[in-house]
Amino acid sequence: MKRAAKVVPATRLSPRDVVEEAVAGMLARPGRAALTVLGTLLGVAAFVTVLGLTSTVEGQISNRFTALVATEVVVQDAAEQARATPAFPADAERRLDALNGVRSAGIFWEVPDPGALSARRPTAQAPGEDLKVLAASPGYLRAIHARLSAGRFFDTWHDAQHQRVVVLGSGAAGRLGVTWVDNQPAVFIGGTPFAVIGIVDDVDRRADTLLSAVVPAGTAEALWGAPPSGANTSAQALVDTKIGAARQVGGEAPLALRPEDPARFKVVLPPDPQTLREGVHTDLGTLFLALAAVCLVIGAVGIANTTLVAVLERVGEIGLRRSLGARRRHVAIHFLAESGTLGLIGGLIGTSVGVAAVVAVAVLRDWTPLLQPATVLPAPLVGAATGLVAGLYPAWRASRIEPADALRR
Amino acid sequence: MTSPVVEFAGVTRTYPGPPEVRALREADLVVGGSEYVAVTGPSGSGKSTFLNVVGLLDRPDGGVYRLDGIDTATLPERDRTALRGRRIGFVFQSFHLVRHRSVVENVTMAMIYTGVSRRLRAGRALETLARVGLTHRAYARAGHLSGGEAQRAAIARALVNRPSMLLCDEPTGNLDSANAEAVLELIDELNADGLTILMVTHDPAVAGRAHRTVRMKDGVLR
Repeated sequence: MKRAAKVVPATRLSPRDVVEEAVAGMLARPGRAALTVLGTLLGVAAFVTVLGLTSTVEGQISNRFTALVATEVVVQDAAEQARATPAFPADAERRLDALNGVRSAGIFWEVPDPGALSARRPTAQAPGEDLKVLAASPGYLRAIHARLSAGRFFDTWHDAQHQRVVVLGSGAAGRLGVTWVDNQPAVFIGGTPFAVIGIVDDVDRRADTLLSAVVPAGTAEALWGAPPSGANTSAQALVDTKIGAARQVGGEAPLALRPEDPARFKVVLPPDPQTLREGVHTDLGTLFLALAAVCLVIGAVGIANTTLVAVLERVGEIGLRRSLGARRRHVAIHFLAESGTLGLIGGLIGTSVGVAAVVAVAVLRDWTPLLQPATVLPAPLVGAATGLVAGLYPAWRASRIEPADALRR
Repeated sequence: MTSPVVEFAGVTRTYPGPPEVRALREADLVVGGSEYVAVTGPSGSGKSTFLNVVGLLDRPDGGVYRLDGIDTATLPERDRTALRGRRIGFVFQSFHLVRHRSVVENVTMAMIYTGVSRRLRAGRALETLARVGLTHRAYARAGHLSGGEAQRAAIARALVNRPSMLLCDEPTGNLDSANAEAVLELIDELNADGLTILMVTHDPAVAGRAHRTVRMKDGVLR
């Protein structure tokens, strides 16, 4: 009976048996298994909490900083006291429009003390309404996303020709009793008649425009003089930019307006969501992620330690398994499976704890909890991977145990 | 006459020193099928080395060792492990049961590696436990067994893969005389049913039950 290479079928170890043996091994010492799990649990929980809170806070930030705010640039006259020259050149609007990323731009100022507004003849007895009069270049109405309920906007022609036309905000129109513009009703501003050519129904920014009468800047300048300098009511430029262009437009606008004296202007930029987000990342994120990593390392060391102790305790069992036909690699797989399962359990519980913590904080602060599936779903696997890595050395040690020595005990 | 289970021809095992120990010297031994052979000798005589070599836990440096006619010297570790798991049933002095698991689980453990289908394992384990008279303790934790029960559980585990040979290492060393007697009777019965027994012991009373006794002294089999 001569037999060749294949003498007897090789012994094997099915994945299901690996899992069963790993679970049985852990249940043998449930208390110790629980303590071992705790390290990974804390690490993964910290990990999920940090990432969850970071994304939640980021969500809050992006809620607050809508596209509308992010696309608004205001250029103000920075002069402290009155100057002889007006801050904005006559063709300011054209200069701003020429910049990349500008959708529309307009100069505006509040006309100081123009006199009361009235829809009746100034000879009438009734006192006028005390409404705000805004002088604005035509681009202003586009920059605030004004929408008309009747009539039309004034344009550059009205502006250049100093036409006495006015666009009323819906609130102002209501107060003055003007509801329709088909026959161009007149309103009187401090005794000067203006033809109402449009009524603005709604705006996206500068809601006070709805309670104002808007006249072309050129007309206002001709009637009431140049905009005051160095006062609250001094002229400003409002720029509606494309998304993401605010920063660049803000940098270029003063130079475009007054190349010889850009310092004359102060630019008000929208808060940069990117900077805020980075702030959140650096403040919260780095610190707590480092903490989470430390927890994971501690968890890994805990698992490695427990598994190594288990290996040394179970030398006899290892020898027995070898005598029953377990190969070195089977022994290693047993211990890797055990440490991996411990890590996975820690990861699963830790993920649940982390998610619960994020939701709890969000509820307390009245935030919307925001969890990225990309960070939450793999978190249990992070635990399992930690366990596996931690089990490498003990498993290797276990596989090196000589059955002959082990069984002599 | 059945073919021999164990054939030793000039098997030598030397542990490199210093000092060099020649634990097994030119050992010749043939154990036939269904034979009951005891290897006896004082401690330090090389019994453990003999046991390890027979049990494929250690490789000899020289000579030929055939198990079931298979020359084990040239086999890779994988095949030696398979041969060990499938053809040799080990019985140890200290039982080596996994204490926190049930008796039937301990017996089942032997079938994990030999690829017995999961459906058949419990049935075979219970069958084998019935054979050693331990059905009533099948679901007890191994740690709760008495010494005699533990050794019978261990014998059931050794039998469950239907090995060619039961390799016993001082199986009664940890038992009182009554339990020792019961275990030895069980081994006698198994042998009567046709199982080959190779018993390593220092106890002449235990060795006396074998068909044949081989003495060992200073690494030499006689």
